[in-house]
Amino acid sequence: MKIVLVTLIALLLLGYFLGRKRSLRLARRVSGKRKLHSLPGYYGYLVAIWAGIPAVVILLLWTSFQGRIVTSLTMADLPASMQTASSDERGLIINEIVNLAESGTLAQESDPVKQAAARHYLHLKQIGDWAVAVVVLVVALLGLLFGLTRIKPDARARNQVEAVIRWAMIGCSAVAILTTVGIVLSVLLEALRFFHAVSPLEFLFGLKWSPQMAIRSDQVGSSGAFGAVPLFVGTLLISSIALIIATPLGLMSAIFLSEYASPRFRAVAKPVLEILAGIPTVVYGFFAALTVAPFIRQLGEAAGLNVASESALAAGLVMGIMLIPFVSSLSDDAISAVPRAMRDGALGLGATRSETIKQVLIPAALPGIVGGVLLATSRAIGETMIVVMAAGLSANLTINPLEAVTTVTVQIVTLLTGDQEFDSPKTLAAFALGLGLFFITLMLNVVALHVIRRYREQYE
Amino acid sequence: MSSSTTRSKIEARLKKRHARERRFYWAGLISIAISFFFLLVLLLTIFSKGLPAFEQTWIKLDVDLSEKILGVSRNADHDALFRAHYSRAIKKSLRKMFPGVKGRKQKRALKNLVSHSAPWDLREQVLKHPELIGGTHAFWFLAKDDIDLYMKDGIDRQADESERRLKDYQLAWIDRLLAEGRLQKRFNTRLFTSGDSRDPEQAGMLGAIVGSFYTMLVTLVLSFPIGVGAAAYLEEFAPQNNRWVDFIEVNINNLAAVPSIVFGLLGLAVFINFFGVPRSTPLVGGLVLTLMTLPTIIIAARAAIKSVPPSIKEAAIGLGASPVQTLFQHTLPLAMPGILTGTIIGMAQALGETAPLLMIGMVAFVADIPGGILDPATVMPVQVYLWSDSPERAFVERTSAAIIILLGFLVIMNSVAILLRKRFERRW
Repeated sequence: MKIVLVTLIALLLLGYFLGRKRSLRLARRVSGKRKLHSLPGYYGYLVAIWAGIPAVVILLLWTSFQGRIVTSLTMADLPASMQTASSDERGLIINEIVNLAESGTLAQESDPVKQAAARHYLHLKQIGDWAVAVVVLVVALLGLLFGLTRIKPDARARNQVEAVIRWAMIGCSAVAILTTVGIVLSVLLEALRFFHAVSPLEFLFGLKWSPQMAIRSDQVGSSGAFGAVPLFVGTLLISSIALIIATPLGLMSAIFLSEYASPRFRAVAKPVLEILAGIPTVVYGFFAALTVAPFIRQLGEAAGLNVASESALAAGLVMGIMLIPFVSSLSDDAISAVPRAMRDGALGLGATRSETIKQVLIPAALPGIVGGVLLATSRAIGETMIVVMAAGLSANLTINPLEAVTTVTVQIVTLLTGDQEFDSPKTLAAFALGLGLFFITLMLNVVALHVIRRYREQYE
Repeated sequence: MSSSTTRSKIEARLKKRHARERRFYWAGLISIAISFFFLLVLLLTIFSKGLPAFEQTWIKLDVDLSEKILGVSRNADHDALFRAHYSRAIKKSLRKMFPGVKGRKQKRALKNLVSHSAPWDLREQVLKHPELIGGTHAFWFLAKDDIDLYMKDGIDRQADESERRLKDYQLAWIDRLLAEGRLQKRFNTRLFTSGDSRDPEQAGMLGAIVGSFYTMLVTLVLSFPIGVGAAAYLEEFAPQNNRWVDFIEVNINNLAAVPSIVFGLLGLAVFINFFGVPRSTPLVGGLVLTLMTLPTIIIAARAAIKSVPPSIKEAAIGLGASPVQTLFQHTLPLAMPGILTGTIIGMAQALGETAPLLMIGMVAFVADIPGGILDPATVMPVQVYLWSDSPERAFVERTSAAIIILLGFLVIMNSVAILLRKRFERRW
């Protein structure tokens, strides 16, 4: 694989230099470089493009599909007794064979059928690797030669190269669309598979969440319960605590920094707030679990309250701290966008600074501030590490902030980090939760951006 | 109504208004102070917990390396030396030092004064210097985590013995070792030179640092060209009021706000299950983080490209350059400081990202240092998560130390970004 890549790059460089040289030789024949349509370098690029693009496309396609083709070929050559097995069992068998082949413990395998299959797999893989190397390099070479024949003094090399560059740039922009499509499709398709097993009504309105699926079908309590209401309530509880802390603190910080603070204080305080924003969430999670949760527990004990060691309050409090700089910077943007004249007018009429802020600036900046709080809400709902480390695991339908609750993101992580079999509703449930999460945050973002945009039109 | 009463009324109201003004001022100041207070507590906690982890306790033992104990002769070949009985040699030397030890429990405790890695360390020494065989030599060994914690935090000797992690006899051993100068705290180089381990005293960050490096490499190599290409297209070439272009912009803005865990689901379903990219590798981690950082880079690069004055572009066009030539020879070089700043900030975000990597299997326990983008690996923030989840108490300080190292990298990256912005960003 590495050799193929290195050879390919060498071929591209060779193509560039050959193309350039050839164009210069042509130029000499037709009296000077000025008779060429494009600068010599462009002819070089053109040849490199002809050599590179088809080869790279083939290489990418091949490597993304080779694994699957090889395994299905291996499957097809298995004895008939294994062919008739159910699809789950076939998956297990093929996994075993692939592991056997990759781990290099072939000789120790006792089952001769599997040993043969693993050999066969390795053999096919080797053929595939050789074939892709040969095909890619031959295509690159042919492209190079073809590119060289296209060099003529009046060939519009620059325009062709630039067209390729433009298309490449359009492709780069399209990645954003592809990502969205990828998210929607992957989450949606798996979620639909989940809804085949569990009815959407139960998922949306069920009050019990315990996704433990039994290993044997006749086990007691084998069905598992997939009512997502406790998760969404838990998420909302923790997010509300976070917002109750972050909104006033963030807003007041922004007001103080933009209206009261001296330039020197501002120059120090703003970067410090930005540090708070730059700390990875896993650090906040560790802080919540190690320091804040025990502290709140002790505080509660002193007050005679029974506080869970993974209380929603601790996770929400730390998440609130994390969101302060976020709310603060968005409110700052909104407040400083209010025209100077409105501020001066209020002050000129004799209003105190706080009256100006409360009665003029905040009403004028309200859409921006609301938009910022909505964005912060969407962040709080999607935040993962803090709740994974500091919130509970068991679904608990309560709005008491002193108890342990679990959230949507925590459940996605716990469902997907253990052993995964891709057919059990347990794993697929994570995608259904992901769909809900994506949908909610998307709505919040759309509404927030809409609110902010409406506000902008008012003054410009 | 006389003017004096009006005046006194106004004055009274003014007093109230000014009091309200002061209260508002203090409310603002206090909310900033609270934010600072939280930051301070956070950093103090992490540093006070984590700094001790940069030191590690070592124990000096006189090991009898006689041929009888090791079971090899002095001029045995490398293979035989490799398989010699080093753990027996260490056990014997401990027994010799503390002859009165009785019972299985105490014997096991005695063995557990030194780390499980001690025999391998001894082997390494002997393989390097085979001439040591035959004599008795003093070696320094890594102490077990319990001993290390005692050296750092001490222990309440008054507490009931059954509730203490170290029993009376163990404390007596430690006291003797201390009196003989056989216990020493040294700078913890293993934290930077070894991979993860189940034993806290052996666990190091190198595997995670290298894993982060490869993951960031993949992310940078993919996200920088794609991000700059997209930004240049949207800023310079995209037709105005085109439905597709609007759609792309809406998408970029939305992707910037999609929860990171959803990108993890995407990586799991598309990259791993559909395209068959190997799990747990920096390659798949880098792919997911690329999609996450792209919006940051695109937005920053667009702002940087937009700030290049049109006069420069028009001059280039006027002199006969094509739009693509103008872009590559004038606009992009002038916008580069801004683009690089945005890229570094995006990379710093990606470096601290944990949640999506949990989905794609980068939480597996990996003791080896990854050697490339296709080896199973973990990254620094995930290592923090893994260690914070471990039950051993000694991992608490390791976790904090890992956070300090991670924060160190982030501080460096952000300082470089600020420096770039200050030094090179031009105001036109």
